[in-house]
Amino acid sequence: MSSHDRPLSPHLQVYRLAFTTVLSGLHRISGLALSAASLLLVGWLVAAARGPVAYATVLRWLSSIPARLVLVAALGAFWYHLFNGLRHMAWDAGLGFEKAATRRSGLVVVGMTVLASILTLASAWNFFWAWP
Amino acid sequence: MEFFLGLAMSDRVSSVATTAAPDPRAKSHWRNQRASAIAMLPLGFWFLYMLLNLPALDHATVTAWIADPLQAFLLLLFGLCALWHSAIGVQVVVEDYVGGRLHAPTARLLKLAHWAAAIAIAWSIWVIAVGSA
Repeated sequence: MSSHDRPLSPHLQVYRLAFTTVLSGLHRISGLALSAASLLLVGWLVAAARGPVAYATVLRWLSSIPARLVLVAALGAFWYHLFNGLRHMAWDAGLGFEKAATRRSGLVVVGMTVLASILTLASAWNFFWAWP
Repeated sequence: MEFFLGLAMSDRVSSVATTAAPDPRAKSHWRNQRASAIAMLPLGFWFLYMLLNLPALDHATVTAWIADPLQAFLLLLFGLCALWHSAIGVQVVVEDYVGGRLHAPTARLLKLAHWAAAIAIAWSIWVIAVGSA
C-alpha cells in the first residue's frame, strides 16, 4: 500500500502559482471533498437501513442549513472533479499537452462546472432547498 | 502544510528519482485509478440523477427505491466504485503530503476507513433490499 523511495510530486513552495496549478490543486481538493461527502451517503444509507426513527433523525440533521450548504459544495466538487477527470483522461491519451491547450481546456472545465452546477441546482431546487 | 512537507522531504526525497526501481504495484495502481474513474462516469451521472429526482426523501420513498433489485444493484456498484476510487485517490495524497513516521499509520487508517464505509454501504443496501438485519 505505502510507497518508499519513490519520487514525491508537488513541492508546492517552489512553483509560481499559475491558473493550471490552481486547477490541479482543485482536482485533489474536490476529490478529497467528495471522499468526505461519501460519509454522508454512508450515514444516510445506514440510517435508512436501521429504520424510520433513525432515518428521521439523520434527515433532520441533513436538512439543516449548514448541511445543505455542504451538499451544494459537494455538487460543485462533483462536477469539477468529473469534468477535470475527463481532462486527465484526454492527457492519458496524449491529447492537449501544449501549454496553451491546457489553459484552454482548464477554462472549459471551469465553465462546464459553473454551468452544470447552476443547471442542477435550478432543476433540483426542491432537493436542495425545499425538503422535507 | 509546511510541517507535512517538511516531514515528507526529510527522509524520502534524497535517494529517490534516479536510483529506485519502480514499485511493481504502481502499474496496477495507475490502471485501477483510471478503471474506477471510467466506472464512476456513468455511475455518478446515474446516482446524481436518481437522487435529485426522488419524489420525496422520507423513509418509505427511499427504501422503496432501494428495494428494487436493479436499483439496489446499481447503488451498490456506485457505492463500491466510489469508495474504491476514493481509496486510491486518498492514498496518492497521503503519499505526497504525509511523510515520516506519520505516513504508515495514516495510510493504514484511511484504508481501513474506506473498507468500513464500503461494508456499511453494502450492509445497508442488503438490509433494505433483501431483508431485515
